[in-house]
Amino acid sequence: MEVLVYLVPLALALGLLGLAAFMWSLRTGQFEDMDGAAWRAIGNDDIEQRSTDVRD
Amino acid sequence: MSATLDLSHFVRHMDGDIARMDFAVEGIACGGCMAKIERTLQAVPNVTRARVNLANRRLAVEWKEGAIDPRRVIDRLAELGYRAYPFDVARAEDDSAQETKLLLRCLAVAAFAAMNIMLLSVSVWSGNVSDMTAEQRDFFHWVSALIALPAAAYAGRPFYRSALRALAARRLNMDVPITLGIVLALGMSVVETFNRAEHAYFDSVLMLLAFLLAGRFLDRNMRRRTQAAASNLAALKAETAVKFVAPEEICEVPISAIRPGDIVLVHAGERVCVDGVVVVGRSEVDQSLVTGETAPAAIGKGSQVYAGTLNLTGTLQVRVEAARGTLLDEVMRLLERAIEGRSRYVRLADRAARLYAPVVHLAALVTLFGWMAMGATWHDAIVTAIAVLIITCPCALGLAVPAVQVAASGALFRSGVLLNAGDAIERLGDADVVVFDKTGTLTLPEPVVVNAGQIPPDVLALAGRLALASRHPLAAAVAQAAGARIPIDGTIEEPGQGVRAVIDGVETRLGKPEFCGAEREARVCVTADAEASMIAFVHGTQRHVFAVRQALRADAYAAIDRLRALGLAIEILSGDREPAVARVALALAVVSYRAGMTPADKIARIAELRREGRSVLMVGDGLNDAPALAAADVSLSPVTAVHLTQAAADAVFLGDRLAPAVAALEISRCAKHIMRENLWLALVYNAVAVPIAVLGFATPLIAALAMSGSSLLVTANALRARAAVVEKA
Repeated sequence: MEVLVYLVPLALALGLLGLAAFMWSLRTGQFEDMDGAAWRAIGNDDIEQRSTDVRD
Repeated sequence: MSATLDLSHFVRHMDGDIARMDFAVEGIACGGCMAKIERTLQAVPNVTRARVNLANRRLAVEWKEGAIDPRRVIDRLAELGYRAYPFDVARAEDDSAQETKLLLRCLAVAAFAAMNIMLLSVSVWSGNVSDMTAEQRDFFHWVSALIALPAAAYAGRPFYRSALRALAARRLNMDVPITLGIVLALGMSVVETFNRAEHAYFDSVLMLLAFLLAGRFLDRNMRRRTQAAASNLAALKAETAVKFVAPEEICEVPISAIRPGDIVLVHAGERVCVDGVVVVGRSEVDQSLVTGETAPAAIGKGSQVYAGTLNLTGTLQVRVEAARGTLLDEVMRLLERAIEGRSRYVRLADRAARLYAPVVHLAALVTLFGWMAMGATWHDAIVTAIAVLIITCPCALGLAVPAVQVAASGALFRSGVLLNAGDAIERLGDADVVVFDKTGTLTLPEPVVVNAGQIPPDVLALAGRLALASRHPLAAAVAQAAGARIPIDGTIEEPGQGVRAVIDGVETRLGKPEFCGAEREARVCVTADAEASMIAFVHGTQRHVFAVRQALRADAYAAIDRLRALGLAIEILSGDREPAVARVALALAVVSYRAGMTPADKIARIAELRREGRSVLMVGDGLNDAPALAAADVSLSPVTAVHLTQAAADAVFLGDRLAPAVAALEISRCAKHIMRENLWLALVYNAVAVPIAVLGFATPLIAALAMSGSSLLVTANALRARAAVVEKA
């Protein structure tokens, strides 16, 4: 069971990583507009951009 | 003289030569609008960033300092079909955003810690009944402590602070037992871990914190949304003033940029937008929004004018002064006294806490001495007493009210009611008398044409088009009645008289009866309806007179009827003359009404009702209603009300109908009922859990099951409230 000695801290570190990611997303304002984000994900802006690039 | 709009007040200067401005945008409906607006604005040269916030319908635009005029952004949006209004990001809103963020960060930390500790705890619980060695258990407990102590120190701050504040003020609130429970449970768990005991309560503490923070975050978030909607509305009113920047030069600026001492210009037919003293000009003003009095008053140089009054006949120059004058002084004095004298409403949750906290602490104490009397060791007695504290920690109690609050304020928001005060729902739920102001509350704030049905449609249409050329309120009423959209070219406005134009070679006029030569028709009209204002229309030989007056809100009768059906008593207190009030009371079948009431009279009547043990809801919009709104148990005002009054009201309702006010009462009653139910549920939980803890059976496993079970129960009950409320709304 000595494996616990490094597995438990490892699990914790992974969890902390998730927490840090959440804090980062909060600080960069990704939770300011919960409704808009849903629409941005399905917007076609990037595709249109690329197709105009190709045409150029 | 026409003025240009100066927006420099709203421009914020950011780092790196970037200017930024925020707008409240009308008409954004979905993601499509969002993409369209952003794409269009980003195509404007020198605009570095344009971002729409769909949740609160706002737009932030950044550009290279000095490169473009912000008015271009507004014009560009207008071309797309959206109306944008500059928006002043208030400091108060910034603070509340900070607080929401803090709660969310605390929640994240608590939830992370709770999940990790629970993982370890489940292993310990199953290990305790199987083959786990004592060393492994201790290791797991130490790791739990390592996570729990810093997490609780970080995530518990909102509770510790509030508890300390309450104790400093020698009060008890819900956060006192919470804080005590957390601190003692953590302390005991550390000691137990040190003593290599079988049980530790780290998981309970963190789970408790996570549940409570979730409740608070939801509550706070809902209130923030309401706030954002309210401040958007303020921006959409787009109040501007025409200010003299030099003796001969004028400029249109937003109201928030006006300072005392500025001279502003108010044309005939415009609403006065500031409090001040007339320096040049004479006119008649309609003060109905301020005093409730519908008859116009004559004013001249040196007269005091108030924001919200309507300038009827002449152009005025007004020097802005910190508002004073007999009426306003009186109102301010009464308002201050009403606010001072207001018995602070004790929220349901706090009332529960006042009863609950001493009982819980007493139970823990009795357990401690009971166990010692039974011959248990100090150690066992203390551990059991703390287990009692943990299991009674008001997890469900902390969620019982906020969960309902969130459901109810969401429903209120959807039916057009914005809450100013956090405890307004509870107080609305208690009201049993509704006192209405007349002018602007039961009636619409703007006058309407009452005899439109008797005028031939083609005449009405023509008069409406002519009326578009004037900003006079009577003309606006005619234009509104006709639904006119296309103005007539070459219309000339004669100030104080009316407008005229030549249509197909025929002289056409709209204005005072004398201006149109329609005195005889006007006299007929006046005998029919003495209180209406007359506006005449002449087209060749055709002469017609429109009677314009304040009309009841479309659903006033139905709304009053519904309120009566709910068992509420209705009363009208108005500052207007007796005949005008009697007519409205009759139309609405309201028996008890009083006319000619001063602000002091209104307060006196409300105080009388309260002495009789009634709980009074005051609905009013005038400046003269502000003290009465503050004196009543709870208050509502329409969104058209003057600033001071809106600030004194607990909630604001939108639109031209009274239905939101009725919905507010219905939803609040339902919410209050479910809040009570939830508190009872929490009590029942305690009645079951406390004996278990007192007898010493509250292992961490039992505590975890009991706490999460009760929290889920009250949340589920609050969701039931949501369903019931949505049905009503």
